[in-house]
Amino acid sequence: MNARSQTLTLPAPLPLDGGGELARVEVAYETYGELNEDRSNAILLCHALTGDQYVASPHPITGKPGWWERMVGPGKPIDTDRFFVICANVIGSCMGSTGPASESSDGSPYAMRFPVITIRDMVRAHVGLLDALGIETLHAVVGGSMGGMQALSLAANWPERAERVLVIASTSRHSAQNIAFHELGRQAIMADPRWHKGDYYGSETPDNGLAVARMAAHITYLSEEALTEKFGRNLQDREAKSFGFDADFQVESYLRYQGSGFTQRFDANSYLYITRAMDYFDLAEEHGGRLADAFAGTTARFCLVSFDSDWLYPTSESRHVVHALNAAGAPVSFVELSAPHGHDSFLLDVPALDRVIGGFLG
Amino acid sequence: MTLRPDLQVIASHVAPSSRVLDIGCGDGALMMALREKDCDVRGIEIDGDCVERCVSQGLSVVQGDADRDLGDYPDKGFDYTILSQTLQTAERPDRMLDELLRVGTRAFVSFPNFAHWRTRAALMFGGRMPVTRSIPVSWYETQNIHHVTIKDFRELAEAKGAKIVRDWYFAGEKPVSRAGANARAEFAVFELAR
Repeated sequence: MNARSQTLTLPAPLPLDGGGELARVEVAYETYGELNEDRSNAILLCHALTGDQYVASPHPITGKPGWWERMVGPGKPIDTDRFFVICANVIGSCMGSTGPASESSDGSPYAMRFPVITIRDMVRAHVGLLDALGIETLHAVVGGSMGGMQALSLAANWPERAERVLVIASTSRHSAQNIAFHELGRQAIMADPRWHKGDYYGSETPDNGLAVARMAAHITYLSEEALTEKFGRNLQDREAKSFGFDADFQVESYLRYQGSGFTQRFDANSYLYITRAMDYFDLAEEHGGRLADAFAGTTARFCLVSFDSDWLYPTSESRHVVHALNAAGAPVSFVELSAPHGHDSFLLDVPALDRVIGGFLG
Repeated sequence: MTLRPDLQVIASHVAPSSRVLDIGCGDGALMMALREKDCDVRGIEIDGDCVERCVSQGLSVVQGDADRDLGDYPDKGFDYTILSQTLQTAERPDRMLDELLRVGTRAFVSFPNFAHWRTRAALMFGGRMPVTRSIPVSWYETQNIHHVTIKDFRELAEAKGAKIVRDWYFAGEKPVSRAGANARAEFAVFELAR
């Protein structure tokens, strides 16, 4: 498919929720399909924590297919023959948008001098990109997991910018359990002796800590059923237990593989900053404590989708948003889909999801 | 697509361009018909497969349980609330009726009439819980937990201070007059206001 990779430098400093502003912000993005004449067919796709802009084109580091290849393309549910699809790397990340690894004004990487950002800051940068592209109103904003938080944030803070809001396997706030898992990951990174308080650029990177963070997070993305079906208590490449601490079990070996693969493509400091942004996310709090007020006067149509095996952002979280949207009188659809893969279901083969997305986008 | 007779009556009596909440909207057939009339239609449906079908047709349907979720909808948020063939499955039909008229200015309610002569005959002569055309499932697998008759419903509406604006009665596809409807109608449709 015809993907275009570009980087935009925002014309003005980006004001931040935490106070102050971020100068010289770059936003790296990909586009697919063609923008029509009246600029009405654009869809903004928001990626998850460790996702990136390579939604439907090969990842430049790993060479693996884009993270939503099955959903985005000609004739697919997000049809690039009809829609102009934009996917931008969030600020704070490490695939071309400004983040902790980027050069600060003194010519060295920000590292931990990078300001703490929020989901709304990420979306503010996206809106800057839309402005630059001359797109006033999106046909839809679509996001799963952290991408869903961005979609909700856009709908709440820039309500005139999207006609449709599609939120998959997501939430309007991080729960204590969500924060707890993220803290586990952050502590693993910061406990790595190579972390050096974030100043590791140009030397050895804290891969062990980052891998542990990824392993812990990965468990939350799957369901017990999926883990049991895939691995059970099967042993890896051996006939008997070693009575040691090698990866005896297949599930251990799998997690180690996931962890080490992740360190090749992701920056540990970005992981700290983005998980922090997610933990701070509480859309109701931003709007005086009442979630319905976040959507007051919205004219967008909403669709929320949850998965019955997702325990990271369970159905109750989506329902909470649906209730608020109902209270605000917004047109909202909601469906809990049955899928065995846990939170990751939104990335995997769930034909019902394809039908819902295709139908909702119209 | 041909609509069930009760849905046809409802579809033809909802004013164009109204805001409508279809509670227990099933596969969205009535919603589709009302969309043709330029109505802003929302649905609630408990069955996930039905919701998926609705959403993929572009309908705004929320998967949920009307017994619990109606409370989230604001007062008079809709011109009409619709409860077709669902009252008898409600945990508390009396409270459901209150909610219908709180959320909507008007309400349409349709239900199978348990006082139809065939039902009465089955119970009287068979001595068993009736399985008929309008109540087609055995007592142990039916979703109907509160069987109701036309007479019962009229009394409930009165007790709740709900005004019956219009009413329709059917045996199969055929309309039945109000006189003797309690014995002759297989199902009824009421339009209510408060």
